[in-house]
Amino acid sequence: MEIVLAILVGCLFAISAYLLLSSSLIRLILGVFVLGNATHLMIFVLGRLTRENPPLIEYGLKVAEPGIANPLPQALILTAIVISFSLFAFLLVLSYRAYQSLGTINTDEMRVAEPEPTGTLLRGRDV
Amino acid sequence: MSDLTAWLVVWPVAIPLIGVALTVILWGRERAQTNIGVIAISLQLVSSIVLLQHVWENGPLAMAMGGWSAPFGIAFAADVFGAGLTVAASLVALLVLIYSLADTNADHRRAGFIPLILALMAGVAGAFLTADIFNLYVWFEVTLISSFGLMVLGGRREQLDGAVKYAFLNLLATTFLLIAIALLYGMTGTLSMADLTGKVAALPADSPIEIIALLFLLSLGMKAALFPLHFWLPAAYHTPLPAVSAIFAALLTKVGVYSLIRVFMLVFPDGADIAREAMIWVAVATMIVGALGALAESDIRRVVSFTVVSGVGVMVGGIAIGTEAALLGTTFYMIHSIIISAALFMATGMIVRAGGGTRIADLAGLYKGAPFLAVAFLLCGLSLAGVPPFAGFWPKVYLVQAGLEAGAYGIVAGILISGFLTLMLVGRIFALVFWRAAPEGAPAVASDGGAVMKGTLGALTILTFVIGVYSAPVVNASGRAAAELFAPDAYIGVVLGRSAQADAGGVEGPGARP
Amino acid sequence: MNSLILRTAVPALAGLMLLFSIYVLLRGHNEPGGGFIGGLIGASAFAIYTIAEGLASARRALIVPPITIAGVGLFLAAISGIVSLLFGDAFLTGQWWFPAFNPDLKYFSSVVLFDIGVYLVVVGAISGIAFALEERE
Repeated sequence: MEIVLAILVGCLFAISAYLLLSSSLIRLILGVFVLGNATHLMIFVLGRLTRENPPLIEYGLKVAEPGIANPLPQALILTAIVISFSLFAFLLVLSYRAYQSLGTINTDEMRVAEPEPTGTLLRGRDV
Repeated sequence: MSDLTAWLVVWPVAIPLIGVALTVILWGRERAQTNIGVIAISLQLVSSIVLLQHVWENGPLAMAMGGWSAPFGIAFAADVFGAGLTVAASLVALLVLIYSLADTNADHRRAGFIPLILALMAGVAGAFLTADIFNLYVWFEVTLISSFGLMVLGGRREQLDGAVKYAFLNLLATTFLLIAIALLYGMTGTLSMADLTGKVAALPADSPIEIIALLFLLSLGMKAALFPLHFWLPAAYHTPLPAVSAIFAALLTKVGVYSLIRVFMLVFPDGADIAREAMIWVAVATMIVGALGALAESDIRRVVSFTVVSGVGVMVGGIAIGTEAALLGTTFYMIHSIIISAALFMATGMIVRAGGGTRIADLAGLYKGAPFLAVAFLLCGLSLAGVPPFAGFWPKVYLVQAGLEAGAYGIVAGILISGFLTLMLVGRIFALVFWRAAPEGAPAVASDGGAVMKGTLGALTILTFVIGVYSAPVVNASGRAAAELFAPDAYIGVVLGRSAQADAGGVEGPGARP
Repeated sequence: MNSLILRTAVPALAGLMLLFSIYVLLRGHNEPGGGFIGGLIGASAFAIYTIAEGLASARRALIVPPITIAGVGLFLAAISGIVSLLFGDAFLTGQWWFPAFNPDLKYFSSVVLFDIGVYLVVVGAISGIAFALEERE
């Protein structure tokens, strides 16, 4: 089972790398999202997979029986999902606003903050 | 654990968080928000000074959150390094906050300027004080989310443009950080940095430690703006409000450098040779590229952004040298850089205000209308370049000395060349912006900044001068921080040991669960 | 969105979702559930209400601005961590109070307070985002 999930994680990383190399904002957003999901799945696999033994302590016991699933990865993944969810929401709003105000979703054309050099560096006569 | 002193390590994080809650409840009431903001950051400063004093006298201090002992629970821990940086960060944040009162308008404050600054400070203090590597990632994200909000505050076109690049690159960096943490967890089964030290050392020799160390270098280097991943910083830092740029430049890259030091001193104290070798060349390239970029720029705010990049190179150069003396220099340089980056961005904001533009070609003759600003900028610039008797001189002396002793001639050359280039840069900017005569018929200086801006900039200038002249306290503190980083037994012991006590006393917490 | 079916169904549906979200919040004390997932369900109730009835009536239904709800939640969560200071425990240590009249009641604890805080933060923040997105349409 681990090997299947490991291959899946690899595929997701490949997809996100492909998407992130694009210059379209939409593809970038999707790439970041897929990258986040690949990472979450990777945490899940790295926490070792255990079947049919939920990490719950039986009633009356103070310590769980050995052999239960690792309860930590789901906590880590939940934290990471919450964070990536809020960042994803922010990125969506930001990209939409950027599209409204800059009129493009092509990152190569976003040159407002970094205009192309126009040769107006100071020359001798200015000094 | 009835030991209330351990709470000292929580307050620098908890106070700004409560401030965020209160200011968010009072959304729209700018005056109350501003008061709460100033009080919260002041309290944060006071609590971190008390923490530093305690740590200085009694050694590292730790507290296990919720009584769940490390390595299973999350612990906060402070040593001189973390506590000292928290003091420097909250001091500069307080000054920037006061400066921002004159810099922001009602619209900015209505859009949540104060809550965002407080959240940023909670995140920065949390990153400096946590002893859990996943928790470090969470604090990174807290700073990141609030910095996104601050970045777009005002919503001008170039801000949105800069924010897009800033957001994507930083989001990628933290995702890579998460990947590195996940791989480390998968191999060792622990997330507590104190526990990781022993667990990583005990791993079999064929473990892919090198890869993980390189991933940490990649992700944290991206956060810290190391060459060749520095390009997002000059693309974004010049777009937000000057006060926001000041606090970003002062703190965000430093959090990245801090985490690099923690990871490479605590998690990978040995080994990770490829990452360390890479760090040397990356650091040298960052210093030079930053300084050259600053010289080539024609927009004054971007010039200052590039000097931040150059400074990051110097700090990481110290980590790459890797001796105790070098870490002393790096710690000192971090404190110096927190002060000077904020001061320079504040001064630049005032220059733009005074001259009415950001292009150096359009700025001229500001000395006449704003002499105070001119002098403060010159002094801060000299401190940045590392000219005695300012604070920027000493860390470079220690770093160069440590580099010569360790035979790291590349880094020594890098520090000297970048210092020389920075000095040229400061002279060029001063001559063009302040000294050269304004063209005939040019409008008079619009504003010299007003008392609040001048006061805060003056305070930082005096601070960098005083630290330069009377450097013994900072040198001692940096030396102590470096010594503790090289002998982390006390830190590890207090995170794992004290929390064992907390476990004995805090059993009723988890155990009482019906 | 102008759909008769949606507008008829949504008031009942949103109310049920809110009720369910509180059930999930309290259930989370000892069983799967909790503040975050409950908050998400609560926020979806407001989101679906916004889609059906429009932004203005959704804002009216929420009475206070969403950001204030999030602020109150964050404040409750922070306070629940500091409660343990009074008992000399570490930050965020759970404190329980079992009332004399019914010692089996397990809901009077700082842990539940923290969960309620999380619930409010999530409801406030997510419905705030949903409103903001709806506003730009």
